[in-house]
Amino acid sequence: MSEILSVKNLSKRFDDLTVLDNIDLSVKEGEVVVIVGPSGCGKSTFLRCLNGLEDIQDGEIILDGENISHDKKTLQKNREKIGMVFQSYDLFPHKTILDNVTLAPIKVKKRNKKEVEEEALVLLERVGLLSKKDNYPRQLSGGQKQRVAIVRALIMQPKVLLLDEITAALDPEMVHEVLDVVLSLAKEGRTMLIVTHEMQFARAVADRVVFIDGGKIVEEGTPDEFFDNPKTDRLKKFLQTFSYNK
Amino acid sequence: MGFDVLFKGTNFIRLLAGLGVALKISLISVAISIPLGIVLGMIMTTKNVVVKAITRLYLEIVRIMPQMVLLFIVFFGATRALGINLSAESASIIVFSFWGTAEMSDLVRGALTGIPVIQYESSFALGLSPLQTYLYVIIPQIVRRMIPLSINLITRMIKTTSLVMMIGIVEVLKVGQQIIEANRKSSPNAAFGVFATVFLLYFLACYPISCLSKYLEKKWEN
Amino acid sequence: MDPNVLSSYLPLYVQAFLLTVKIGWIGIIIALLIGVIVAFIIHFNVPVLKPIAKAYVELFRNTPLLVQLFFIYFGLPKIGITVSAEVCGAVGLGLLGGSYMAESFRSGLDAVPVSQSESALALGMSKAQLFGNVILPQAFSISTPAIVANVIFLLKETSVFSAISLMDLMFTAKDLIGLYYNTTECLVLLVVFYIVMLVPVSILGSVLEKKTRYKMFGV
Repeated sequence: MSEILSVKNLSKRFDDLTVLDNIDLSVKEGEVVVIVGPSGCGKSTFLRCLNGLEDIQDGEIILDGENISHDKKTLQKNREKIGMVFQSYDLFPHKTILDNVTLAPIKVKKRNKKEVEEEALVLLERVGLLSKKDNYPRQLSGGQKQRVAIVRALIMQPKVLLLDEITAALDPEMVHEVLDVVLSLAKEGRTMLIVTHEMQFARAVADRVVFIDGGKIVEEGTPDEFFDNPKTDRLKKFLQTFSYNK
Repeated sequence: MGFDVLFKGTNFIRLLAGLGVALKISLISVAISIPLGIVLGMIMTTKNVVVKAITRLYLEIVRIMPQMVLLFIVFFGATRALGINLSAESASIIVFSFWGTAEMSDLVRGALTGIPVIQYESSFALGLSPLQTYLYVIIPQIVRRMIPLSINLITRMIKTTSLVMMIGIVEVLKVGQQIIEANRKSSPNAAFGVFATVFLLYFLACYPISCLSKYLEKKWEN
Repeated sequence: MDPNVLSSYLPLYVQAFLLTVKIGWIGIIIALLIGVIVAFIIHFNVPVLKPIAKAYVELFRNTPLLVQLFFIYFGLPKIGITVSAEVCGAVGLGLLGGSYMAESFRSGLDAVPVSQSESALALGMSKAQLFGNVILPQAFSISTPAIVANVIFLLKETSVFSAISLMDLMFTAKDLIGLYYNTTECLVLLVVFYIVMLVPVSILGSVLEKKTRYKMFGV
C-alpha cells in the first residue's frame, strides 16, 4: 500500500500559543488512523489544518504526492481530495437531503446531474436513508443527519476522509448507527483519519491509534498495543479516565 | 452655501429650542406610554376573547396607520367631531402616547409570555398575592428586557416629532423654515445650510441614544 | 356623513392613492437595491467603501424622512441640484429605506452560522459558490421578517410626501379639509385608502414570513 498522506513537522500557532508542535504523521492508502487525546489538545485543529480551514505556520502536508501545504490557489481543488465530516453535521437547511448530497458534485466537479443523483440514491440507500431523500434536514434526527453528512462527503470521491468527533453531539442511541457506517467504510478500504472519544469504536475500526497530548504525538500503535500495553505514563493516565473501578 | 445665516443673532439658539420641543414631546409621550403599556400588556395576557380582540384591533390600527394620519385625525377630527379645541401640542402628545402605549404593551406582553409559568406558581406557593407577584417577581425581570427596545422607541419618536410641524407646532424644522424665510434676501442659499444643520441636529440627538441601546443590548445578551 | 361628498371626493383620492403607491414602491425598490449593495459592502469588509457605507446607514437611520426630503427638495437646489417633487420623494424614501434594508440584510448575512461556510468549503466549493448556494438563500430567509417590516414602514412614511407638495393622500385630505371643511368625509376616505394600501401588503408579508420560516426552521 502506498503512502497517500504525509505530514512533516507540522506546527500551528494561535498568536503565542502553540497548538500543534512538530507533528509527523504518515498515512497509507486504505489505512484507518484514529486520533485520540484530551480535549483541547489540538486533534480537531490538526484535521482542520489538513484541509485548509486553518493555516499552518511550519511544516508540510503532502497528499498523493502533491505538496498542498501553503498554496491557497490549489487549496480549493485539494479540498475535493480531502473530505471532512464535522461534529455539527451542518447540512444545508434550505435544501432537501438529495440536494444536500448532490450540490457539491454538480457545482464543484461539474458532473452530470442525473448521474450524480443516481449515485446519491445508491449511497443514501447504503446508509439506510433512501426514503428521506426529499425531506429537509430539520425533519431528521441527529444520527440520520450525520449519516447524510457522511454521504455528502463521500460522493465527492475523496482520497482521504476526515471525521472530526462526528458522534460527540449525538444522543447515545444514535451513536451506533453512525459508527456502523464508518466501520463499513473501513471494511471497504477507505483511507480515514478519525478523531473520536469512543474508545471501543476506536479499537474496532482502527489500523493504528495515535495519542496527541499538548499538541504533540505522544504515542502511537496498533489498537492492541495501544489499549492493552500503553507505554507512556501520559497515555496510561488518559486511558484510565475511561475506566471505572468498582 | 447658507451656513452663515446660522451665526446670525439667535438663529442657532432657536433651532436648538425647536429641537427641545421635539425632545419634550417625545419624553412626555414615552413617560405616559411606559406605565400604560405595562398595564395594557398585562391585560393582554388574558384569555378573554373580547379583550383580546379589542387590544388586537388597537395594535393593528397603530401598526397600519401612519402617524401623520393619526395626527390629522386627532387634531382636525377632535375639533369637528367632539367640539374640543385641542392644541397642536396636546394632539401630538395624545397621538404619540397612543402609539407608544401600543408598542410598549406588545413588548410587555411578549416579555410576560416569555416568563415560565413556574415562576408564577412558585411565587403563589410562597403565599404572595397576584399583585405582589407582579410587582416583586415578574416586572423586575421584564424591565431589563424592555429597556433597549424602549430606547429604540424613544429614538423613533424623536424622529417622528418632525411631523408635528405639519400641524403647526414650531419645532426645529419649522424654525428652520422661518429662518430661511426671514433671510430670503440676504442669504438666498440659506436653505442648504439650514436644512443640513437640522439634519445634523436630529442625527446628533438620535445617534447617541441608539448607540446606548446597542451597547445595552450587547451587554445584557445573556 | 354625506355620501355625495364621499363620491365626489373619491376620484381625487384614487388619483392621490395611485401616485402615493407608485412613488412609494419605486422608493422601496431603490431601498432594496441600495440595501443589498450596502449590506454586502459592510459584510465583506470592502476597504474604503465600508466606512462610507456604515456612515450612510447611521446618518439615514437616525434622521427623519421629512428632514431628508426638505434637504433634498429645498436645500440641494441651492448648490445646483434641482429635482422634481416626485423624484425627491422616491429618492428620499429610497435613501432612508436603503439604510434600514442594509441593516436587515446584514443581520441576515451575519446570522448564517460559520459552520455552514466550513461545510461548504470542505466540500470543495469556491467562495462564490458558497455564497450563491448556501449563504445568500439562508440570509434572505432569515431577514424576511425584517424586510417585510421595513416595507410596511416605508409605505407608511409616504404620508410625509405632502410636505413637499406632492399630491399624495395626505395632501389631498389637507387640501380638501382646508377648502370645504368636510372634515369627517375627508378623514374617513383618508383612513380607508391607507388601509387599502397597507393591509394587503401586511397580509402578504405575513404569508411570506410564514413560508420562509417554515422552510428554514420547520416551525
